[in-house]
Amino acid sequence: MITRTITTFTLLALAGAFMPVQAQAPSGKVTVLTSFSKDVTDPFKKAFEAAHPGTTIEIQNRNTNAGVKLLEETRSANQVDIFWVSAPDAFEVLKDKKLLQVYKPKATGIPDKIGAYPINDPDGYYSGFAASGYGIMWNERYARANKLPDPKEWQDLAKAVYFDHVSIAAPSRSGTTHLTLETILQGEGWEKGWRTIKEWSGNLRNVTERSFGVPDAVNSGQVGYGIVIDFFAFSAQGAGFPVKFVYPSVTTIVPANVGVVTNPPNKAGAEAFVEFLLSPAGQEVLLDKTIRRLPVRPEIYAKAPADYPNPFKDPSLGGKVTFDSNVSSARTAVVDTLYDQLVTFQLDGLKSATKAIHAAEAALAKKDNPAGRKLVAEARDLVAKMPITAEQAASAEINAAFSGGKQKTARQAELEQQWASSAKAAYAEAEAKANEAAKLAR
Amino acid sequence: MATMSDASPAVARRSVVAPGPMALAILIALFLALFLVIPVGTVIYVAFTEKGSGAFTLVNFYDFARTDLFITSFWNSMYVATMTVVLASMFALPLAYLTTRFEFRGSGVVQMLGFIPLIMPPFAGAVAMQLIFGRNGTVNLLLDEWFGFKIPFMEGLNGVIFAQAVHYFPFILINLSAALRNIDRSMEEAAQNLGCQGFRLFRRIVFPLAMPGYVAGASLVFVKVFDDLATPLLLNVKDMLAPQAYLRITSIGLADPMGYVIAVVLIVVSVLAMGASAWVMKGRDYATVQRGGGGLAQRPLGRGQAVAAYAVVGLILFLVLAPHIGLFLLSIATVWSFSPLPDAFTFAHYERVFAESSVFIKNTLLYATLAGIIDVVFGVAIAYLVLRTRLPARHWLDWTASAALAIPGVVLGIGYLRTFFGVKMPDGTSLASFWIIIVLALAIRRLPYALRACYAALQQVSASLEEAAENLGANKQRTVRRIVLPLMMGGMLAGFVTSFATAAVELSATLMLVQSTSDAPLAYGLYVFMQSPAGRGAGAALGIIAVVLVAVCSLISNWIIERNQHLRNTRT
Repeated sequence: MITRTITTFTLLALAGAFMPVQAQAPSGKVTVLTSFSKDVTDPFKKAFEAAHPGTTIEIQNRNTNAGVKLLEETRSANQVDIFWVSAPDAFEVLKDKKLLQVYKPKATGIPDKIGAYPINDPDGYYSGFAASGYGIMWNERYARANKLPDPKEWQDLAKAVYFDHVSIAAPSRSGTTHLTLETILQGEGWEKGWRTIKEWSGNLRNVTERSFGVPDAVNSGQVGYGIVIDFFAFSAQGAGFPVKFVYPSVTTIVPANVGVVTNPPNKAGAEAFVEFLLSPAGQEVLLDKTIRRLPVRPEIYAKAPADYPNPFKDPSLGGKVTFDSNVSSARTAVVDTLYDQLVTFQLDGLKSATKAIHAAEAALAKKDNPAGRKLVAEARDLVAKMPITAEQAASAEINAAFSGGKQKTARQAELEQQWASSAKAAYAEAEAKANEAAKLAR
Repeated sequence: MATMSDASPAVARRSVVAPGPMALAILIALFLALFLVIPVGTVIYVAFTEKGSGAFTLVNFYDFARTDLFITSFWNSMYVATMTVVLASMFALPLAYLTTRFEFRGSGVVQMLGFIPLIMPPFAGAVAMQLIFGRNGTVNLLLDEWFGFKIPFMEGLNGVIFAQAVHYFPFILINLSAALRNIDRSMEEAAQNLGCQGFRLFRRIVFPLAMPGYVAGASLVFVKVFDDLATPLLLNVKDMLAPQAYLRITSIGLADPMGYVIAVVLIVVSVLAMGASAWVMKGRDYATVQRGGGGLAQRPLGRGQAVAAYAVVGLILFLVLAPHIGLFLLSIATVWSFSPLPDAFTFAHYERVFAESSVFIKNTLLYATLAGIIDVVFGVAIAYLVLRTRLPARHWLDWTASAALAIPGVVLGIGYLRTFFGVKMPDGTSLASFWIIIVLALAIRRLPYALRACYAALQQVSASLEEAAENLGANKQRTVRRIVLPLMMGGMLAGFVTSFATAAVELSATLMLVQSTSDAPLAYGLYVFMQSPAGRGAGAALGIIAVVLVAVCSLISNWIIERNQHLRNTRT
């Protein structure tokens, strides 16, 4: 009895003595909500648990949208410590909904910017831990079998040879594709950017519903070319697939982020996880051949394999475009819906118009005809035509239709029907004009 | 008595509402309300509200009817669902007929293999199918090399029909085979005595008597295909109704009512299809009295007939098992890219997943078994109430339970989170994070399968057998236990196996509800693997493990029940 009292007493005293330290040292379960695959999360889990004995990482895997939804639905009794995904917009959404809490990492030696993009959220709600750029990935065996040249720029994918060989994930479904489109729109301007986008979209084989659907189809050779985020290609190369990747000059390097969820059940653990990701040891894990992301610590690149892209050294990477996330977030839903209504759901019409234009141009190249040239130019303008301007896209009236807001505005379905029917008519007219041009050249 | 006469007179006699069935009906209604109607209601009521004010309105349905995309999608879904039933019947009829009607060596194996396509793990199945039948899949690469042309198996709506028929034809096969075995042999003999044989015998006697099974299977296929979103999406077909609903609900249209309007349309069409199948069966009696004969007489096949039969069965089995062959190849492949076969083979993927998948396996078996049992219990109860009592509104139980088929998994998942997350358990954690919730979601989603099977089984049991038992002094419970249930055993087993096997590979609702890896089922683990290039092989390996596991368990349960039945038969 006495011994037990003493033991209890000693324990209490010890606990008291170590209290400040114990509050700091992470322990127990750290719950991480992420869209990253097992190939990415496993190495980090292992390294973190080794660095902090007594902790376990519990990975909850969801796609980005489902993850945001889960945090929203469960905010009354949050069970998640860390939110860890690529798309910066998801963090903006969570920040607006007060589902993230401010944490300023103590790690030093990380620059403020990568390319032209700030690495961390200026308000401290989330921190960048790795960078990624967007580009074109292709299957070498497929390209060889179909005798296709290597593309370098977005515009290359609009060439007639690539017809029916390209794939993309719908921007409404994939945060990374959305950023790719927004980069092109900001880099080339609204009208010109959409023209580029629609020109290569006319060559699409399909529009997938998952981000990973694109690299998966390219890896297996079902589609030749995919518009993807860089690490999909690098990790596929790491896994041995015969694929290649290029950054077009209009690209942007954007950080993938990590943030602490509001009211985390394990605050010390959550903060330790963020610090670990940003530490040299954590950054080195990014070079793992199944992960292959660009570290935010410049010194880590010394340990990278040859040919590893280095945005801190290579000024062409993401230098051309200064990505403005305010412009992007003001029109996110509108850009995504425009793409869905003008391309995704009208793909057949857009493709037959594009095919007719390619055929007319090939005919004109053999036997030139000014009237035919004019018709083809008109057809191209029809395809490129946008139902709304950049100002309208960012306007409150149109955006309110997509927010489900409290005011009475146009309904989303109404706008969509208008956009879709105007596109459908324009594509049909463009096809007719192109066919006429081809006749003139005959 | 056993021929097709007018509506069963037995039903008409039970006009008094007994307290027992009433209590049972209330219990079922409560269960459905709590775990289906209320959670789903919290999500889809948006379809009926006006933007801005939140007042009740039908303007959203007007928008639906005015949007070309939705109307095209609606007819595309109708077309695909109908054509899938046709193609699936072409797969299922020969397999079911040949294996039950003739002395066909290996009919057990054929029946089992024919069931396997239903166990198609998410993602893995479509990936494997593309590798075999896709534009640059094995078949097309070889065709192109040898003959210089390709067949667009997997393109557009026809691709969806092909993939869906391969996946869902077992619904028809299972239900039809069960029905064929239940037919009283004396019916066939009587027809033969009267000079009827060959195809005429099949067309006029055998197939009509098996109608409840066929209709049960075909209506399931129709509704399931009409409501399925995964297959069209994985084949990149978006202008169908269910994918439209899913795309809207999970991305940009989160706040927009149209996604939920489509969900309501899906539910209405599904219930109408189920209603239509009941109406087709109405006014006919399929019950047969004698059961000891053990189904149709099995005839020997002539040599030429045998060769033809084996060729047909072989071809069908190759077509419907191709996804699994592809999946198996993928699970032992190093790199498989733009080539008829993988570059090299390895067992590394299995080593990788074996180490970490035991918890997934345990969870999957536990969840799917519990869900299957719940489904059969409720399926039998609902079928009994609908067919054997005259309770008012009893059909609503059937329709409500069947409507579950049309609820997108993610809607159910979100509904569960909304309804149960606030409910605290004694230890302070949320009810929604308790694994039982996953079981209930699985059970609700798979209840229509078991219900249709039990319904068809009970339709084939003549009420006069129960009356005989009651006349001999047995009370209701005893009659049900000793007469009805044993006679329904085949259908119940079919229901259990379908619910169990499909629950074991379900993902969409699970994905919303899994709160920790230690509670996760196999399908979730597979999803996590399949998101990366290096995880493709490992995901396929996990998929193969799931298929083998579910197939073995189904086989064992089949064997146990058949042995019990056999013992009972020999004892009496």
